[in-house]
Amino acid sequence: MKPIWYFVGLLLLFIGSVVTISGLYSLISPPAQQKIFTNLHPDIWWGLFMVVAGLIFLLVNRKKTVQ
Amino acid sequence: MFQKGTLMATIGLSFFDWLIIIIYFAFILGLGYYLKRFTKSQEDFFIAGRKNSAWVAGIAFLSANLGALELLGMTGNTFKYGMYVAHFYWIGAIPAMLFLGIYMMPFYYSSRIHSVPGYLKLRFDERTRVLNAIAFAIMTLLVSGINLYAMALVLHTFLGWNWDVSMWISAATVAVYVTMSGLLSAIFTEIIQFFLIWFGLFLVSFLGIVEIGGIKEVFARIPHSFSTLWSTSADPTQNGMVITWAGIVFGLGFVLSFGYWTTDFLVVQRAFSAKDLRSARMTPIIASFFKMAVPFLVIMSGLVALALANDPKSGFVLLQDGGQVNYDSTLPLLIQRYYPSGLIGLGITALLAGFMAGQAGNVSAFNTVWTYDIYRSLINKNASDEHLLWMGRVATVVGIILSVGTAYWAKTFPSIMDYMQAIFSWVNAPLFATMLLGMFVVWITPAGAFWGLICGMGSSFLLFLAVKFQWFDPVALTLSSTASDMAANFWRAWWAWLICFVVTIVISLFTNKRPKEELVGLVKGLTEENITDHVPFIKSPGFYAIISIIILIILNIYYW
Repeated sequence: MKPIWYFVGLLLLFIGSVVTISGLYSLISPPAQQKIFTNLHPDIWWGLFMVVAGLIFLLVNRKKTVQ
Repeated sequence: MFQKGTLMATIGLSFFDWLIIIIYFAFILGLGYYLKRFTKSQEDFFIAGRKNSAWVAGIAFLSANLGALELLGMTGNTFKYGMYVAHFYWIGAIPAMLFLGIYMMPFYYSSRIHSVPGYLKLRFDERTRVLNAIAFAIMTLLVSGINLYAMALVLHTFLGWNWDVSMWISAATVAVYVTMSGLLSAIFTEIIQFFLIWFGLFLVSFLGIVEIGGIKEVFARIPHSFSTLWSTSADPTQNGMVITWAGIVFGLGFVLSFGYWTTDFLVVQRAFSAKDLRSARMTPIIASFFKMAVPFLVIMSGLVALALANDPKSGFVLLQDGGQVNYDSTLPLLIQRYYPSGLIGLGITALLAGFMAGQAGNVSAFNTVWTYDIYRSLINKNASDEHLLWMGRVATVVGIILSVGTAYWAKTFPSIMDYMQAIFSWVNAPLFATMLLGMFVVWITPAGAFWGLICGMGSSFLLFLAVKFQWFDPVALTLSSTASDMAANFWRAWWAWLICFVVTIVISLFTNKRPKEELVGLVKGLTEENITDHVPFIKSPGFYAIISIIILIILNIYYW
C-alpha cells in the first residue's frame, strides 16, 4: 500500500490550495469584517506553505510502497 | 466545558471553510475504504498487522493523546493556572514515555500480547485480566461519550451547528472507517490529525506572539505566579495551580503520568503495532520529542489569551457560564480573533480531526479489549480468526452506539465533564503499581495483584467521593494548607497508587507464587536482555532517550 506520508501530502496539498485560493479571493473581494493582521494575508502565505509541504511529501513518497 | 446557558459566539463559515471541512470528511472515508483491502485478518484489524515503522507508531502514539478535548482543555487550563500546565507535557509525560520505551516495552512486545490486560493474564491470572479489561472498557466508553458530547457542544456553541446532527455525523463517520479497517485506519487518521493540528493551530500562537510583541513580552504581561515552572512551587499560595513541587513530582510526574503513559491501552496499543521490538521501543521515545513541542500550541496560546485579557484595550474576554468564566472558550475565541476565512475552516477541521481521531482511538482500543479480554476470555474461548474479526467490527459499531448514549447522558448531566481526570486516576493509577511490581518483582503473586488492584481502584473512588461530598477536608489529601481541584486530583492518584502498591506486596508475602519458569519473558531478571546487542549505540533507543531527557532538563531550567 501507499505509505501514510503520501496521504498526508495529498491532504496538505488539497487544503493548502483551498486556503491560498480563499486568501487570494479576499484580496479581490475583501470581507466586510476585517480580522487582526488581515493586512499580513496569513491565509495566502500559510496556504502556500502547506502546498509546498504537501508537494514535498507527495514527491518523496510517490513511488514508495509499504507492507 | 460548555454548558447549558453558555453565551454563544458563533463563528461564521464561508464557502471555503465548508469546502475544507468537506474535503477532510471525504478524505478520511476514502482512506478507510482504501485500507479495507489490506485488512484481512484479526491481526490486521486489531494491531494493524504489526507492520508499522517507529515513526508511524510514534506519531500515532502521541496523537492518540492529542485530542481536541486535550487542546481545548489545556489551553483553558493555561489561562486558569498559567505556565504550570506545561508540567503535563514535560515532567508529567516524558520520563514515563522514556521508561515505557526503555524498560517496559521489551516485556509487553516480546510476549506478543494484543492488549495490556493480555499481559496481566500471562503474568498473573484470568481474574486480574478481566477486572482490568472491564474497568478499561467502561472508562473508554465514558471518555469516548464525553469526547463526543464535547465536540457537539463546541460545534454548537461556536458554529451554531445542530447538536444532534453534528454528533451523529461524526460518530457515523468514525464507525464507518474503523469498521472497515480497524486500528490501521485509526492510526492513519491519527497521523493526519497530527499534521492538521500543527498546521491548523500553529498560527494561533504565532499571530498571538506577533500581536503582543514577542515571547518575552507575553511573559512580561502575565502575573509572576503564572509565568514560572518551579521557582514558586515551594509555597502553593505563590503559584497559579495552588500546588507544591511534591504534588507535581509524586502525583503528576510519577503516578498519573506513569499510570497513563505506560498502562493505558489506548496509547500503548500504537506501540504494539510496530514491526519489531526496536521500533516498538522507539515509538514512545520518538513521541516524546513531539510531546515536548506541543506546549507551543496550547501553553503559548493560553498565555497569549491571558496577556490579552489583562489588557482591557484588547477587547479579549472569555465566555461566561452562568456567571462563571468558561476557560475552554480560550482556543476557539483566539481562532475567531486571528483567522480569516479559509484559515477558520482549517482551524475548525483541526479540532474536528482531533475529536474524531480521539473517538477512533477510543473505539479501536475498546473493540480490542472487548474481543480479546472479555469476549474470547469469558464467552467464546474457541472463537476462530474470522469470528474474532467479525466480533471486532460488531464491537466497533456497538462501542460507537454506546458512546453516543453516554454523550446524551452527559448532555443531561454536564458536570460529568469534571470527572474526566478522576476517571483516569480510578483505573490507571493503581494499575501502574500492579504493572510495576509485576514486571520488576518476581515474587508478586496473582492474589496480591488482584486484591491490590481492587483496593487501589476502590480507594481512589472513595477518595473522590470523600472530597466531592466533603466527608473530610481535601487538605488532608494534599498535605498542604490549601489546594486546587487539580492538586486534589494529583494527590488522590498518588494515594491510590500507594495503597495498591502496599496491598499487593503484603498479600503477595502470604499467598502462592507462580513457578519462575512460567514467568520467563514477563519479568525482569527472568528475561534475556540482549535486545539491542546488534545495534550501534547512536542508533539505540537508549541514545535517543538520553537526548530527550537532556532537552527536558534544559526546558525545565530555562522556564524555572
